[in-house]
Amino acid sequence: MSEYLNIFTRVQVRGPYEPGIPLGRGNWSRSTAGKPLFEYWFGKLGDAQIGPIYLGGLGVASIVCFCIAFEVIGLNMWASVNWDPVQFIRQLPWLALEPPAPAYGLHFPPLNQGGWWLVAGFFLTASILLWWVRIYRRAVQLGLGTHTAWAFAAPIWLYLVLGFFRPLLMGSWSEAVPFGIFPHLDWTASFSLRYGNLFYNPFHMLSIVFLYGSAVIFAMHGATILAVSRFGGEREIEQSVDRGTAAERAGLIWRWTMGFNATFESFHRWGYWFAILCPITGGIGILLTGTVVDNWYLWGVKHHIAASYPALWGTVVDPATLVGAPK
Amino acid sequence: MNYGIRSAVLGLVVVAGAFVAIPMIRGFQWPGTTSVQHGFRGTGMDEIYHTEDLPALAAANKVPGYLPQLPPVGPKASAIYKNVKVLGDLSVGQFTRTMASITQWVAPQQGCNYCHNPANMADDGKYTKVVARRMIQMTQNINQNWTQHVAATGVVCWTCHRGNNIPLNVWNNAEPPKSMGFAESQSGLAHPSKAAALASLPTDPFTPFLEGDNNIRVNSTTALPTGDKSSINQTDWTYALMMHMSSALGVNCTYCHNTRAFSNWEQSPIQRVTAWYGIRMVRQMNVDYLDPLGSVFPDYRKGPMGDVAKVNCTTCHQGVFKPLYGVSMAKDFPELTKLAPTKVSSN
Repeated sequence: MSEYLNIFTRVQVRGPYEPGIPLGRGNWSRSTAGKPLFEYWFGKLGDAQIGPIYLGGLGVASIVCFCIAFEVIGLNMWASVNWDPVQFIRQLPWLALEPPAPAYGLHFPPLNQGGWWLVAGFFLTASILLWWVRIYRRAVQLGLGTHTAWAFAAPIWLYLVLGFFRPLLMGSWSEAVPFGIFPHLDWTASFSLRYGNLFYNPFHMLSIVFLYGSAVIFAMHGATILAVSRFGGEREIEQSVDRGTAAERAGLIWRWTMGFNATFESFHRWGYWFAILCPITGGIGILLTGTVVDNWYLWGVKHHIAASYPALWGTVVDPATLVGAPK
Repeated sequence: MNYGIRSAVLGLVVVAGAFVAIPMIRGFQWPGTTSVQHGFRGTGMDEIYHTEDLPALAAANKVPGYLPQLPPVGPKASAIYKNVKVLGDLSVGQFTRTMASITQWVAPQQGCNYCHNPANMADDGKYTKVVARRMIQMTQNINQNWTQHVAATGVVCWTCHRGNNIPLNVWNNAEPPKSMGFAESQSGLAHPSKAAALASLPTDPFTPFLEGDNNIRVNSTTALPTGDKSSINQTDWTYALMMHMSSALGVNCTYCHNTRAFSNWEQSPIQRVTAWYGIRMVRQMNVDYLDPLGSVFPDYRKGPMGDVAKVNCTTCHQGVFKPLYGVSMAKDFPELTKLAPTKVSSN
């Protein structure tokens, strides 16, 4: 009998070609021309069938907007190394399309002073929002719940807080994140440095809880289901309403080891909420920074969450406050 | 070959490739560190050194042998030689020792003629002589007026020059932002920044802070907003300066800061005060001593903006927390520790 292994599965999920359900009015018809496509290596990781992909008007619009944003960012980066292809590759992780300087506030600056950043941000946001609607629409057309779309809305919230809502509240596009690989990471460090250490931000703490919690929950779930798959436990939907030996044993091992077990159904709720609360709480933490709280360390001191340590260095005084100190 | 073996081989190739590729990344260092506790236990305030780097640093920061001090006997240099403006109060013997030492420190290959016209040693025709005189005054000024930074250890020419005509670590003003047509203009960021340990931070944090006196502090001093308008962009510049100081001294942030509250002085190691004076000292060296030499230096010694080479923390520190690991050479060169009364204002 076939069995699921830890990494690859020896079971190729490969039935007859499944083109999907008939769709109603307002949907693009999908081409069934050409040979049905199966890929062995995809079958190693999941289902071997590839496609049919549903593109639709929303998908096309989203892709067009993404390509515009991608080109604006990429060409500005390439220009920043004077169109040198070698330097473009070598310096790519460092290159950026920067938001406008603080002096421009919320005005639309000249294209070469950050205007391109606004253009790229507009099209990237349009692309993401169109893709969100697409996911929502596809779920509805399949008669599904819209959980996937709302899950995707959580990181979109964080993205909009970083690049749109918070800059609006701060009155300056310069507060937003640059487009770039290292630059957006340096922005993160500078953000925490400017606002007195983000680790004292309770919403940052919550976000970390949900981030690490999601990883733990995902590992617990994966391990449990793989472990009971020898009893058919991967058929989670059936097992959640009609518990067989797999579900009984999966529940039992958690009751044995920690006294409580989620159910085959509820565990997906745990995973769902942990995952989406990570960007939701993170976004709240970012939105409060600079707008409501200006120095998270001092906020932590005020609310008694920052421990105090003995002063090993005696009394260290800011030299700028001394009389006669150089400027 | 069946698929199981094939995928196992593929996996092995990927892992082996990673092992080959990772050390090729710039800045990668094999593990092997030495940690020194530098704060209250549990705060993570440790200085971490790459053990394999330490011998090379020690070798690069050795104090050279030098001539013994001579007694102040005999006629004064100013009485025997012409055009001695700064060191005239030394005896001829002491004066000659200082000149020989400077030659060893600054121009060991070229010798006296790097600064002097051999036909007339008093001639100020060579720009190097005028610069050298001003640099002696700068050294005296540091040792006399910046003891909050150099303490009694002091500095001599060797501290920066290490046998080179121009100290190995100097900087020039970066070219101002340029626009590439209508593409985004250079903002001073977003290229590998040598000044900031190869981060994508500003490449020239020196001009605003070590020549200009732009505000370095970006943290709000109150928990809730009370009007501090420091931006994240400004923080990038401060961050770059701090990364420069960190790599110049070969220390972590925690050498001067309790990193849970960078701006808080009460929790900072005392070294932060020393560094604070250091920034002001370097600024004065650049503004009062080096910039005014712009009319003396020939063009080929200047940067793309036509400015003279200037100093930063690396110029002296060269990768260690105290230049030459804190060994004092200045104590054996008392003539360099006090500003001499100048007879005639040069340049």
